[in-house]
This record gives sequence, structure tokens and C-alpha cells, in this order.
Amino acid sequence: MTDVIDKLVLYFQYPFVRYALIVGVLIALCSSLLGVTLVLKRFSFIGSGLSHVAFGATAVAVAMNLTNSVIFVLPVTILSAVLLLSAGRNAKIKGDAAVAMISVGTLAVGYLIMNMFSKSSNLAGDVCATLFGSTSILTLSRTEVWLSAALSVLVIAVFLLFYHKIFAVTFDEDFSSATGIRAKTYNLLLAVVIAVVIVLAMNLVGALLISALVIFPALSAMRVFKNFKAVTICSVAVSVVFAVLGILISVIAGTPVGSTIVAVDIAGFFAFSLTGFIIRRV
Amino acid sequence: MPQLACQDLTLGYEGKTVVSGLSFTVNTGDYLCIVGENGSGKSTLMKTLLNLKTPASGQILTGGGLLQSEIGYMPQQTAVQKDFPASVREVVRSGCLNRCGLRPFYSKTEKQIAEDNMEKLGIADLAKRCYRELSGGQQQRALLARALCAARKIILLDEPAAGLDPKAAADMYALTAKLNSEGTTVIMISHDIAASVKYASHILHIGAGTALFFGTKADYLKSGAGRAYATADGGEPA
Repeated sequence: MTDVIDKLVLYFQYPFVRYALIVGVLIALCSSLLGVTLVLKRFSFIGSGLSHVAFGATAVAVAMNLTNSVIFVLPVTILSAVLLLSAGRNAKIKGDAAVAMISVGTLAVGYLIMNMFSKSSNLAGDVCATLFGSTSILTLSRTEVWLSAALSVLVIAVFLLFYHKIFAVTFDEDFSSATGIRAKTYNLLLAVVIAVVIVLAMNLVGALLISALVIFPALSAMRVFKNFKAVTICSVAVSVVFAVLGILISVIAGTPVGSTIVAVDIAGFFAFSLTGFIIRRV
Repeated sequence: MPQLACQDLTLGYEGKTVVSGLSFTVNTGDYLCIVGENGSGKSTLMKTLLNLKTPASGQILTGGGLLQSEIGYMPQQTAVQKDFPASVREVVRSGCLNRCGLRPFYSKTEKQIAEDNMEKLGIADLAKRCYRELSGGQQQRALLARALCAARKIILLDEPAAGLDPKAAADMYALTAKLNSEGTTVIMISHDIAASVKYASHILHIGAGTALFFGTKADYLKSGAGRAYATADGGEPA
């Protein structure tokens, strides 16, 4: 045990490990805040669709030799989120099909562009890093840490300020607009915030695994708690604790950060399901 | 001046007309029942009255300074709500949201309004219970309490008795009648012609793409449309 602690103390002397932990916690917090709403609105898949858009955009940014890809990836992802969420129920191509289409389309085109334009000698490694986030969380620069922190604060502020409105719009959109709440505006706001979270989370777990960060904490919390406030608080707590745990395990065991966090989330989900089952039986 | 007046409304979606030539007025304190077959455009009409849809032509005039934020609405339940983790109190309070403006939290007054409405509908003891675990009748009461929080002048109900057992349905109608007698204008969509003619003051009967009848209950029962529909429904005209 002392071995493990010594190892951790050693690792935490390096700033990049500390950065990884800070950004990891912030991302886990933001994604779980929105997760509850996304799951309840039946939008779980949108997270995954948008992350593929972000992957495609990253590929384009790499091809254009942008030093800071976020300035390109973020607007593109926000735009896609707005299109997907606002098309909603009235679109000619229904929600899930539209998401699936955009999702695989951008993935394929992204990989194609990376192959055609990348000057990197380690293409497979680059692609793997973007998809699974293998090392990117450990290579964050100071600027990126500040950017992540600023965006997270923004997401949390929006959520706190509009908490009741988000609840109302999630529970019953028609009622909200009928009684004078601007449901469309709040949907738009949600879309923007979701896009920001996705782009942030790409650093931590990579494009393919983002949905897990969004969905698992919310679903775990919903197994046990039965009102919106408790579910939201529990899901945030669960997400942050599991992210920290995942990062620590990956540092000690040398496993990839993203998939380790997701594995902890999955284990947590089963633990919560069991707890919920026992509570209902007693 | 009527609270709500519709002039020659045409409703439809994707270029298809569902119903046209709708003209009717609702005065303060009226109890209007909208009846008609499935697909006749009742729900579309209600959504248009609520500004959720725009009419293809014609206009809706509101009188007496009726604002969007003074309307209560009780929609039919959606699939999303069936497994939504929310307490009854959270659901009912969300009806007060249109009083908040940009303020992020509920004021004391708004919380009290929610408590009063739960009390009024006899669900105060369920306040902490999870919405999805309630019986159909209790869920409808929670939605009605939420609508009441938003309704300061007028309340619109879309088949409030749908899916309820006869006892719960009768309770629901009695509650709405009580609200109406206390001064709230009621507009209700209903399949239940017997209950409609029992409680309503006015009837709007839509069918065959147009308004078959609009007028007071007494006139409706004498009219051809009323008699045909009441008999077809198997109910005796009250």
C-alpha cells in the first residue's frame, strides 16, 4: 500500500499529472450535469454523434495545420448540436437516423482527411489518441488547462442559473412553451452547452468514449434516487469520484486514462443497480 | 370583450388542411368543451390556441389583457414522463416558472402557490413521492396542480380523463367544474360526451373538416350534430 502512495506522491510532483486531475474532475462534473437532461430527453445518442463530429472537425483542423484546434472544432460542434437539437421532431429524417448519419459520416470523412493530409509519421497513433484520448489528457498545456477551466465554469454557471427552466423543458416542453417559457431558446442553450462539454471531454476520454461520461453517472443515479435534484447531485458526485478513481488507477497501473474511467463508471453502474434493486425489495 | 375569439381559423400541418372555418368566442367564466372524432383537429386547435402552432389562416384574438403567462395547460402525458425521476413537488412547482422571469429560483410566494394547489387537489401528502410511481389519477392531479400554478385566468385541458378509471375520471371532471365555478375559464377537449354536456356551458363540435356546431349546451342538445353524436356515443343526452 505504501508503494502505491509513494508512487502517487512521485507522480503528483509532475505538473501534467496535476493538470490531468484538475481537468478530469471539471469534465466529469460538466458532463454529468448535462447527462441527466440528455438521458431523460432521450438524447443519449446525441453525445456520441456530436463527438464524432468533433473528431471529423479535429481531422480538418490537423489538415489545416491549426496550432489550437479548439477554435475550429468548437464552433463546428456547436453548429451541429444546434442543427440536431432544433431539427428535433419535425425533421424529414427522424432524430435517431439523423444522428446516426452524421455520426458515421463525420467519422469516415475525418479519418479520410487525416489519411490524406496528415504529415505525421505516426498516423495510427494520432487517430487512436483522438478516438480513445489515450495520452492527450497528460499532454495538456497550461493554456489548455485554463481554457478547460473557463469553459467548465461557464457550463456550471449556465446550469445553475437555468436549473429550474432546464427541469421544466426536460419534463414537458409543450407545457413550458404554452405557459410562456421560451423552450426553444433553452433547447438551443442546451445544445451549445452540450457541444462545449463534448469538445472538452475529447481531451479526457477521446471521441468514442464521451457518451459513457455523459450517460453512466446519470443512469447510475437514476437507479437509486427518485427526484430530479437528488439525481442531479448524485450523478455529479458519482461522476467526479469515478473520474478521480479512474485517473489514479490509470496513473498507477499504466492503463489508458479514458477507458479506465469508463470501466470504473460501468462497475459503478452495476453497483448502483444492485443498490436500487435492494432498496426496492426492502 | 371576449377573453378569446377565433375568426375563420384554418388549421393543418405540412400543407394539409385538417379543419377550416372555425369561429368561436370564449368569455370569462365559460366552460367550453371541444368534442369530435379522433383526427378531427381538436388537439391541433388547442395547440394553436396555446401558440404552439401557427394557424394556416384566420386569427386568434385575446381580450382583457390575457397574456401567455396567464394560461394554464394540462397536456396529455408524454412517454418521457413515464420514467422521469421527479417528485410531485418539483413537477407542481414548475408551473410557477412563468412568474419567475429571469430569476433563477422560486420565491416564497411561488412555493406557497404550489403548496396551496397541491392542497386544493388533495395531493399534498404525495409531495415528496416520485411522480412515475403514482397511479394514473394521482399523476393527472399533479399535472392539473401544475397547470393551476400557471393558470391565472384560463386553463386548457387536453383529455384530462384519458386513461383513468371511471371513479378517477368523475373526480377529475368534478374538480374542473369546481375550478370553473371559482371563476377560472375552462377549455377542455373531451371524448366523454356525457360528461361534456353535464359540466360545460358551451360546446364546440368539430368534424368533417369544419365546425359542426358552436353554441351553448342547451342549443347543442337540440341540434342535429349534438343528437347524432350523443346517440352514436351511446350516451343519453343529459
